[in-house]
Amino acid sequence: MTEAFFNEMYDRDGLRMPYQMLEGWYQNMPAEFRALKQAEAEGLFRRYGITFAVYGEGGDPDRLIPFDMFPRVFGANEWRRLERGIKQRARALNAFLSDVYDRGEIIRAGRIPADLVYQNEAYEIAVAGFRPPLGVFSHIVGIDLVRTGADQFYVLEDNCRTPSGVSYMLENREVMMRMFPHLFQENRVAPVDGYARLLKRTLASVAPAKCERDPCVVLLTPGHYNSAYYEHSFLADLMGIELVEGQDLFVEGDFCWMRTTEGPKKVDVIYRRIDDAYLDPLCFRPDSTLGVPGLMNVYRSGGVTICSAPGAGVADDKAIYTYVPEMIRFYLGEAPILENVPTWQCAKADDLKYVQEHLAELVVKEVHGSGGYGMLVGPKADKATIEAFAAKLAANPSNYIAQPTLALSTCPTFVEEGIAPRHVDLRPYCLVGRDVELVPGGLTRVALTDGSLVVNSSQGGGVKDTWVIAEE
Amino acid sequence: MLSRTAANLFWMARYLERSETTARLLDLGFRNALLPNAGGGFRNEWGAILQSKGTLQQFTDKYGDLVQRNAESFLFFDLENPSSVASCITAARENARIVRTALTSQVWDAINTSFQELKALTRRERSSLEVPELTDWTLRTAALIRGAIETTQLRNDGYRFMNLGYAVERADNTARLLDVKYYVLLPSVAYIGSGLDNYQWTTLLRALSAHRAYNWAYGGELSAAQIAHFLILNPKFPRSLLSCCLEVNEHLDHLGRIYGRSSPAQEAARTLLGELAEARIEDVFDEGLHEFLTRMISENAGLGQCINDQYLTGEAR
Amino acid sequence: MILTVFHKTRYDFASPVGGILQSHRLTPAKCDGQKVIDWKVEVPGAVMGELFRDGAGDYIQTVSLRMPVTHIEVTVSGKVETTDTSGILRGHRERVAPRAYMRHTMRTEANRAIRDLVDDALRGKEDAPELDRAHLLAAAVAEALPYRPGATHAHTTAAEAMTEGAGVCQDHTQVLIACAHIANMPARYVSGYLNATDDGSPHEASHAWAEIFVAGLGWVGFDASNKCCPNEHYIRLGSGLDAEDAAPIRGLVLGGAEETLDVTVLIEAQQQ
Repeated sequence: MTEAFFNEMYDRDGLRMPYQMLEGWYQNMPAEFRALKQAEAEGLFRRYGITFAVYGEGGDPDRLIPFDMFPRVFGANEWRRLERGIKQRARALNAFLSDVYDRGEIIRAGRIPADLVYQNEAYEIAVAGFRPPLGVFSHIVGIDLVRTGADQFYVLEDNCRTPSGVSYMLENREVMMRMFPHLFQENRVAPVDGYARLLKRTLASVAPAKCERDPCVVLLTPGHYNSAYYEHSFLADLMGIELVEGQDLFVEGDFCWMRTTEGPKKVDVIYRRIDDAYLDPLCFRPDSTLGVPGLMNVYRSGGVTICSAPGAGVADDKAIYTYVPEMIRFYLGEAPILENVPTWQCAKADDLKYVQEHLAELVVKEVHGSGGYGMLVGPKADKATIEAFAAKLAANPSNYIAQPTLALSTCPTFVEEGIAPRHVDLRPYCLVGRDVELVPGGLTRVALTDGSLVVNSSQGGGVKDTWVIAEE
Repeated sequence: MLSRTAANLFWMARYLERSETTARLLDLGFRNALLPNAGGGFRNEWGAILQSKGTLQQFTDKYGDLVQRNAESFLFFDLENPSSVASCITAARENARIVRTALTSQVWDAINTSFQELKALTRRERSSLEVPELTDWTLRTAALIRGAIETTQLRNDGYRFMNLGYAVERADNTARLLDVKYYVLLPSVAYIGSGLDNYQWTTLLRALSAHRAYNWAYGGELSAAQIAHFLILNPKFPRSLLSCCLEVNEHLDHLGRIYGRSSPAQEAARTLLGELAEARIEDVFDEGLHEFLTRMISENAGLGQCINDQYLTGEAR
Repeated sequence: MILTVFHKTRYDFASPVGGILQSHRLTPAKCDGQKVIDWKVEVPGAVMGELFRDGAGDYIQTVSLRMPVTHIEVTVSGKVETTDTSGILRGHRERVAPRAYMRHTMRTEANRAIRDLVDDALRGKEDAPELDRAHLLAAAVAEALPYRPGATHAHTTAAEAMTEGAGVCQDHTQVLIACAHIANMPARYVSGYLNATDDGSPHEASHAWAEIFVAGLGWVGFDASNKCCPNEHYIRLGSGLDAEDAAPIRGLVLGGAEETLDVTVLIEAQQQ
């Protein structure tokens, strides 16, 4: 086992509390039984039809993401701190959004440069001056976290638009409970299945003031060719709401209507899983056929709520990310509970200089990139790769940010030879409506290749069930 | 329910029924081709069958010669032919996939399995596949799916839309099959009542799996008038136009009750039923069988349009 | 001055279309220098949404026709009392930060020719007040693009108009926006009406001009086409990033067919 990394199961003092009940479980598991269970899990996933790419990574739509049966476990105490930190961040991000679409106090106060916000591609002028119900812009905040020590967590990035992957959190648990019921009898694992109910409640809580009855909530998908379609239909089904495409909705007068067999039905809240640019051809991309013409007018005149609000993406931009701790201090008057990864903005000359001198130690990412593409992992790269990257960086420095290589924690993972530590990250899903809620769990991604720090499913990553257990 | 969901269910059923009809046509052509001294040989008969589907031009453009192997490929495997069995099953499965949550797992399994089996069939050596195997497989598959729907689906509006799809498509297909025989297959009136004529009638009945049923109902004598009666006006035969129309009425009435209001589609269906229930076979022949069938095909299409306008666009108020 | 407006837009379709959805920006902005006496937007057969004011201060209305139609006719008629504010936009409630108007679109993206134009216009004026610099840019655009109807079309970009070397108010405005951005001044596209007086000089009754944000003064209008700042002959409707974004009528035809457009605009100063 690698000493340099924090092992979540075994630290210097031996077996850590949260994993106590799992040691006997894996040690007593015969190899044949394990293979059998692994096959069973795959069968279950295939049957549920979960074949999609997380985080919009694209690729083969019928691909299964490898599932590792070894759970990732948090103790209730460590989770409580995480929970406070995540909720704090979600509140601050929303406060930031309602500020920059209003008076922009944080900019006037000189805490964030104006152009970083107002010239950001994700900033939507069409939304400026509009206050969505309850002032909430980002209703589902996915926060990507890594751990480097017993008490050390870092936020890698925020996702304020439409973070995906939550169906994995739910299905991973479902599959684990079916396969290893006794584990759940022995461990008091906090349930996550309330997520759909909470999500529905969150969405209903932001219905527009004009809605005078039980709000009609729908999930807007780009369609069944989208790689996350499974997740869309899964969530709609769990919430008992219609899964609609743009063509199912139309605008008339001050409202948005859904085409039903009983005629048009008014829609109050749209949980959209399509990007801003495609929402309304009259307001954004005129060639979009995925959206609903006129929707932005209805939205801005208070006839329907769009979740997340168009323009919410300005809060999760990688360049804005650096300022989130500042937001927490500015809006909430609190000290940030979760730390940011120290980040160098290559757009700044001093930072660029440092980055260029330390390429071999750093991780360099594109500001707008995702999915682990177009990035340089300095310590893992050979000389030629670094040199090639240095050229790209020099050509367009403002396109890049750099961060130190983090010593990602590891969690025991089933590998060919048995059990081995593999690096993991975590994405919990925070819901923001009338209340700020977080189910105890999230999506743990694991880098299945020995020594790899890249957890993206497109590059050999898998997923694990994530537990929060009660401690004695 | 979402109009698009209803449309997907309606069209899923239509494609399933259509795949069955195409298989039956394939069977019809195959059996006709077995007839030793058919006037003009089997060439014309395949031509007639393709003409009934309005796809003769497309066929000759692509394959040229009207030989059986080509006709088989075209009617069963060809994805460029929108009414081939493969196209229909693919389209039905795609419609089903989109509304996966509106189907029971048995129905989805049955449809999905048929699609997987179809893919396996396409991978097999063509020469190892005989027409009867293909048509049997299609009919068995269709029955399996229909059975799953009947035994597991909730009797809600979705169920009604599936059945409407089946009934509207079936009425259209029966009318077309009958038209093939009567108008297209026989090259001249002189053949009526001939051995060839009888053979073709029998074949048609066989293709409709109605050969024995007909014998029971009409005592075994073949006559054009009786066969037409059987296929158009006999309420006991599940593929007759009258049966289909009764079904359309039944399911529309259910929808009216579920939604608490009647619809123009119901009225249109009642009018058509009124005519078919009253009609005598003599009236049909007076009008001219081909003319009557052509009119029925168009009225049935009108009914489909009414259903579409009322329920599948979400615009009707 | 009291201006009367009559503006009729008629779209005819070669074959019936399934319906039409439009977003109208056809009601005068509420600001100093223009007071609506009466105003009406009529679309026979259409469902009209409530008039609302967006963050940029524009009055917006959703209009839909959900039935097969062969034409749609939008008639605007009204009367507005105007005064000259020297082109300065005052008393206008808006929530969009001026710096947000530093972004360009495909239509207002600068090219080499536009950058050269700015360099030439501002050479030696680096320290001049912003207002003067804005005037210089407007004059340079007017100079570079003589008014010539037909030289450009509805989708011409600023760069294309520069290449053409001529244009109409839309082109002047988009090029001026591109210029202002280069000079680090927020700028936007304004659509409105212009009273074409008898003496023949100003043109284009359905009109467009640019607004440039001048520190300390706020938004100031510049009409490069007429080499002036908007005065009492102008009625301001609304703004946007470019001609498309600020269009008085943005629309979408469902099940499109070939369309022909017929526009009549009459602006007159009422005799006092």
